[in-house]
Amino acid sequence: MREFLDMGGYAAFVWPSYVVTLTVAVLNVLWARRALARAVAAARRRMAGGGADA
Amino acid sequence: MTWTWFHRLGSPPYIYGLAQRLTPWFAWPAGALIVAALYGGLVLAPPDYQQGDGFRIIYMHAPSAWMSLMVYTTMALAAAVGLIWRMKVAHAVAASCAPIGASFTVAALVTGSLWGEPMWGTWWEWDPRLTSELILLFLYLGYMGLRGAIEDTQRADRTSAVLAVVGVVNVPIIHYSVTWWNSLHQAPSVMRLGKPTLSGAMLWPLLTMLLGFTLFFAALLLVRLRGEILNRERSASWVREVLGT
Repeated sequence: MREFLDMGGYAAFVWPSYVVTLTVAVLNVLWARRALARAVAAARRRMAGGGADA
Repeated sequence: MTWTWFHRLGSPPYIYGLAQRLTPWFAWPAGALIVAALYGGLVLAPPDYQQGDGFRIIYMHAPSAWMSLMVYTTMALAAAVGLIWRMKVAHAVAASCAPIGASFTVAALVTGSLWGEPMWGTWWEWDPRLTSELILLFLYLGYMGLRGAIEDTQRADRTSAVLAVVGVVNVPIIHYSVTWWNSLHQAPSVMRLGKPTLSGAMLWPLLTMLLGFTLFFAALLLVRLRGEILNRERSASWVREVLGT
């Protein structure tokens, strides 16, 4: 396990690259869902207001 | 030959429903492939004879770089379709692509830097490949900034689409930069004519990761697309129906 985490001495470069990329991937899921939720909320408001702010 | 399929592709309610139904079919396989590729890349693949375990950065760097280019190409194609056929849905696709592509371009640049330091002895070099990839990031940011600056969605769609289409010249420049100029960056090992230069045990996790990321992009695009379609619909009755208001 220790050997695995050490990545042959490249741990300081290998692990951050995995953390950065996978964080970007997870953030993309959150951002996409948030963008959709906001669009749904805005559309609901427009519909409720009879499209007055269209 | 009928054109109904083309008209259906331009129909917001049809695409909205289709995007909703298709999302899990891309998201779950993407997740499974990425997990399998992580195991293959970190555990099963043998260390490289020159770079040791440092080469494992490839499993994050190459897929991120692939996303940066593939997403841009998708965005430019969608923008072109939107401009030519005045198709609202196509503009919605282009607008959905930008934040996804921009974020993976950042990942490609950061992981590249993390790979460059131990192998080349530098975090950054004004090298053709690195510089053109940085320009790609600025194109994405410019596209998003331009959209944000124009209030009217239709005008934002058309203006930003022109930028996206013009900027696509950068894509082949990035891809061929390592062949055309003397670059620190290594030549393509998978996306090349002839056989890949990686051995099988190193290659399959990479191909699996590339496929996983591509499906992941499709899932993200479908979720964002629904939001972008809603933003473009003002008082359509189908929206009421979908939202249940």
